[in-house]
Amino acid sequence: MKPDIHQKNLATAFIFIALGIVAMVFSVAYKLGTAANMGPGYFPFALGAILTVLGIIVATQSLSIPPDKSSRISFKIKPVLMILSSVFIFGLSLEPLGLFASVMFLVIFSSMASDEFNLKEAVINTMALLLMVFIIFIYFLEFQLPLWPGFMFSHS
Amino acid sequence: MDLYSNLLLGFNTAVTPMNLLYCFGGVLIGTLIGVLPGIGPVQTLAILLPTTYSLSPISALIMLAGIYYGAQYGGSTTSILMNLPGEASSVVTCLDGHQMARQGRAGAALTVAALGSFFAGCVATLMIAVLSIPLADISLKFGPAEYFSVIVFGLIGSIVLASGSIIKAIGMIVVGLLLGMVGTDVTSGAQRFCFGVSELADGIGFVALAMGLFGISDIISSLEKGEKRDILKGKLTGFMLSKKEFLTCIPATLRGTLSGCLLGILPGGGAVLASFSAYMLEKKISKDPESFGKGNIKGVAAPESANNAAAQTSFIPLLTLGIPSNVVLAIMAGAMMIHGIQPGPRVITSNPELFWGVIASMWIGNLMLIILNLPLIGIWVRLLSVPYRVLYPAILVFCCIGLYSVNNNTFDIGLTALLGLLGYIFIKLDCEPAPLILGFVLGPMMEENFRRCMLLSHGDPSVFFTRPLSLSFLLLSLIMVVAAGLPALKKKREVAFQGDDL
Repeated sequence: MKPDIHQKNLATAFIFIALGIVAMVFSVAYKLGTAANMGPGYFPFALGAILTVLGIIVATQSLSIPPDKSSRISFKIKPVLMILSSVFIFGLSLEPLGLFASVMFLVIFSSMASDEFNLKEAVINTMALLLMVFIIFIYFLEFQLPLWPGFMFSHS
Repeated sequence: MDLYSNLLLGFNTAVTPMNLLYCFGGVLIGTLIGVLPGIGPVQTLAILLPTTYSLSPISALIMLAGIYYGAQYGGSTTSILMNLPGEASSVVTCLDGHQMARQGRAGAALTVAALGSFFAGCVATLMIAVLSIPLADISLKFGPAEYFSVIVFGLIGSIVLASGSIIKAIGMIVVGLLLGMVGTDVTSGAQRFCFGVSELADGIGFVALAMGLFGISDIISSLEKGEKRDILKGKLTGFMLSKKEFLTCIPATLRGTLSGCLLGILPGGGAVLASFSAYMLEKKISKDPESFGKGNIKGVAAPESANNAAAQTSFIPLLTLGIPSNVVLAIMAGAMMIHGIQPGPRVITSNPELFWGVIASMWIGNLMLIILNLPLIGIWVRLLSVPYRVLYPAILVFCCIGLYSVNNNTFDIGLTALLGLLGYIFIKLDCEPAPLILGFVLGPMMEENFRRCMLLSHGDPSVFFTRPLSLSFLLLSLIMVVAAGLPALKKKREVAFQGDDL
């Protein structure tokens, strides 16, 4: 089946124009000033205008370039969701649960993003990485990180 | 101070046990990630930035530089043995290098690559030392108009010589410039694009942006593609070159080194472009162009010396003008700023031991690379059996811990995930994230010079066109954009960047 528009370029154009307009709208609020004495909004306003124009050019191109197979957007949802959520989970769990638990979550959840996921291997990998993290970051680089769940050592 | 005493100062700085250790660490990591496909110097530098916080700036830069040129060595190993470029700059090495390996001359190909790289590295080190001072002197005379124009030139140059659509790449630069505006405006103190989020008052963190765009989004898109590997099994023998091979390689190495040194200085140049051009040049001037692609040893010697030379000379614009010419150097610039050093012409006078120490360490690092690479090649090859599904969780762990340690808060981790999503969307739309980060690094500098210049000229923009140096940079930028749009050149770019997915 042949797609009838250049999806990639159209989406790019949309992003450029949207970002450009957002930049311009907010820049006006930051005070533009004059060319000789620019306010904080002047330069970002100009950038926003340029980006909008570029977006319009890409949009017109997306109508004139004949679309083919490569112009269609295709993606797999699993890697996006699993990788991003594993990073978020790390961020959320680090301070309350400590480094060891959050690294464990990160490695196990992110490993699931691969099509070749294998629980046994992921567990071994987690162990190896925990050891590596301990040697490199705690012992060698002496980073100040919360190691264990906060409630276990709440004597402070 | 003359060249000799400068270099002496550099070597004195570089050979302290601590700096030697970090130099060794850098080239070791560089070789490692050069060998491993799926992780390149850009990602590695982004990931390791926070771990250099506790080091002195000199040690940090020595190590980061070592990773960059070390990766050029490592990349050639996998190209030759497995027809699998570990780095984009080693893509052309596959053509003849892997053919040599199939003919049982893998050892010889590796030797040529290593010796050629070493020679090129020596020449490039010397070239940086000779050229930096005069160039820095010139750039100290730059006014704000010249700076603005040279930044435009640098940004435009970096996209014209890269692959993909020019309009989209310019758009990505502008997006990067806008992201650079986030935070408190230096001149007026007003907060811009913070949307009430107090963590954004200091701007988007460089580490968060670099990791998001090159760490996280890269992992997601690699996972999507899946992995394919074809490992050449067999014994590695015959590292010695015959006398005839040695003699044919000398001119090719010289030409490769020269084109690498020159292309490395250009904005947007660097290792990838240099290796392609050197290969094309060899093929063009050869009496026997048919033999290229069938195991011609010159096809290994020239691009391998060129990519190493260019990897080093691309430091020149950063160290003399403060303008990074490609993504790797943009990250180096970020690293310098994190350590409180503003890259630019003043580095040579204000931090001479840093400047010359890093240069001297490059020569030492190249020597270490020869020792690391030839005898230890067996170990490197074995590393390739590490599958990507084991590798990427490790990358994520390093990213996340590094991000937390920047400010000891978890905000940056979430921000990075979002920036990673943004980067992934851009990759999906065939918009390369590399120009974005260049724009981000140069944005504040560009705005500052633009504002200062317009203030001095009372709002008259003609100042950019009446000062000769400024005008020539702007004209050169215009010529590059127009030339890149011409159909003939467009085709050539498409051919040159085929199979190059960096």
